[in-house]
Amino acid sequence: MPEVLKAPLAVEFPFTRSLGPVQSAFLTGLRERVVLGVKTVDSRTLVPPVEYDPVTAEELRDLVEVAPTGTVTTWAWNHHPRRGQPLGTPFAWVLVRLDGADTALLHALDAPGQDAVHTGMRVRVRWAEERTGAITDIACFEPYDGEPAQRTGHTGEFEDAVTGIVAAARLDYTYSPGRAQSAYLHALSGRRTVGERCPSCRKVYVPPRGACPTCGVATSEQVEVGPRGTVTTFCIVNIKAKNLDIEVPYVYAHIALDGADLALHARIGGMPYDQVRMGLRVEPVWTEGARFPDHYRPTGEPDAEYDTYKELL
Amino acid sequence: MTREIREIAVVAFAQTGHRRTSEELSEVEMLMPVLHDVLARTGLKAGDIGFTCSGSSDYLAGRAFSFTMALDGVGAWPPISESHVETDGAWALYEAWVKLLTGEAETALVYAYGKTSPGDVREVLTRQLDPYYVAPLWPDSVALAALQARALIDAGLTDERELAAIAARSRTAAAANPHAQLRGATPPGDPLVAPLRTGDCPPIGDGAAAVVLAAGDTARRLCDRPAWIRGLDHRIEAHSLGVRDLTDSPSTRLAAERAGAFELPVDTAELHAPFTSQEVVLRRALKLDLPGAEEVRINPSGGALAANPVMAAGLIRLGEAAARIQRGESDRALAHATSGPCLQQNLVAVLEGDAQ
Repeated sequence: MPEVLKAPLAVEFPFTRSLGPVQSAFLTGLRERVVLGVKTVDSRTLVPPVEYDPVTAEELRDLVEVAPTGTVTTWAWNHHPRRGQPLGTPFAWVLVRLDGADTALLHALDAPGQDAVHTGMRVRVRWAEERTGAITDIACFEPYDGEPAQRTGHTGEFEDAVTGIVAAARLDYTYSPGRAQSAYLHALSGRRTVGERCPSCRKVYVPPRGACPTCGVATSEQVEVGPRGTVTTFCIVNIKAKNLDIEVPYVYAHIALDGADLALHARIGGMPYDQVRMGLRVEPVWTEGARFPDHYRPTGEPDAEYDTYKELL
Repeated sequence: MTREIREIAVVAFAQTGHRRTSEELSEVEMLMPVLHDVLARTGLKAGDIGFTCSGSSDYLAGRAFSFTMALDGVGAWPPISESHVETDGAWALYEAWVKLLTGEAETALVYAYGKTSPGDVREVLTRQLDPYYVAPLWPDSVALAALQARALIDAGLTDERELAAIAARSRTAAAANPHAQLRGATPPGDPLVAPLRTGDCPPIGDGAAAVVLAAGDTARRLCDRPAWIRGLDHRIEAHSLGVRDLTDSPSTRLAAERAGAFELPVDTAELHAPFTSQEVVLRRALKLDLPGAEEVRINPSGGALAANPVMAAGLIRLGEAAARIQRGESDRALAHATSGPCLQQNLVAVLEGDAQ
């Protein structure tokens, strides 16, 4: 078996989320160094506050201020902080019931070591220096030896309330494409296009994914196809893609390589975009050092008859 | 609930050998042998199946719509009757069970797979948390389980010695399970997120599993001793961790009640507890700690502490319980599956074999 191909793959999104009225008040409050809860019908105060009662599902809107001090209800010592977590040095994850609240908030507690942490200990909010209206406006909690802090008497009404958050999320992977696609990529690096034949229906899949979607069985017999092929269908791209150095308009086509039973897709070059047509015969154009064809160009052969590729549309 | 309901059974179960990495295989390449295996056990062909339902999560491997690629492995063209859940395959089994109850299908293929090796599963699972108040802090799955473990220890419901014993019992049992990733007792290990040690946590690995469900006489024809699903229910906790009592699992208890788990004793319980401390919660919720329940075999497969292919580990609990009934080693078994942080969502099934 050839070596397993691997490549880094980062999936990254700046998720933009709008806030309900209770979430908006809570996060705006954090920006202003005020902690708000919400009262339920049975007079419990939920912190962090939610839009709907977790027991009855009733809409909740009755905001009430709680103190930035509270009590640890459970904790866990994080020996090795990970990317994105609130503190870069070992810390305690804590659930904290703030003074005036009936439920607990998850956050980090900055403490010198796990011997300094216990359930029932008193803590207070350490505010972030720059606050934007997000849960991270609480930098963390810190040990606190004192009475419940005074509340400001805030009503929960704010000028310039935040209405949304942008939550950046990035996950890093090491992608490996599996047996069939690895073999395909290995062959392609030698400028050969190698598909796989289904042992049951005899169709040749290019690129191969390792299974025949009709028969549900593994494909394994390797079959070299192409290099020439036929345009089965195409579109004209008029919008320039970011970070893509190709002049618009250009043609993107489905190409059935000779011997393949599935069309792959690629760009068509080497002729004016408005002369590309179904049935056009094309061949790959390679650039030095590339692992796949840069584009396909006309071969000059007569066009293929429709009947020869209609099953591949 | 006196209405006569259709009899549905698990008639076959198959799974991969679960491993730390399957990097030489794509998802469908990992899954396909399991699909072929489970069908071969019934003599059915893919085209004979009335309904297909799968469970997986694109976030594990970081590939959008990866479940559609996996469908190649069942021969989904021309289009079959099919559905997918973005959670553990136990919930796919629930959907298939409902489909069979409606009478719209006689047989169902349920499968699940998880390839956690391409990413960092502790980080990936943070993305299922409340996106406003929790996910921006990136609390990983071990950290949240550790908060639950501490709450149990503080409440006097367990201690580190008992947790280590649960880990040892599970992995010792897994020595007899050729599919398990950790087979044989492991040392408690170093603290990972205290109070949890590495030994309290599940192995990280890749794997897949599949079951076939069938109704009534079809089940009897396909299997010598079908594992009849006598009850199946799933329930959820409030999503905010700070609202919950982390030492208890009312959702598991309610699901078990609705599934009829407490009507008669069970002899086997396959519990989906990825962390040792979660088994403590589940045993309490399911009344497996009460006098008289000492005889119940808990996780004879080794459970998720021995193999935890995420998105498949819950379905495997149902499959292992059913396989035990099919082998005549159990007459009435409880199977449980969970999803989400700190046992957020829980599914309970009661399976029975006909009198031997």
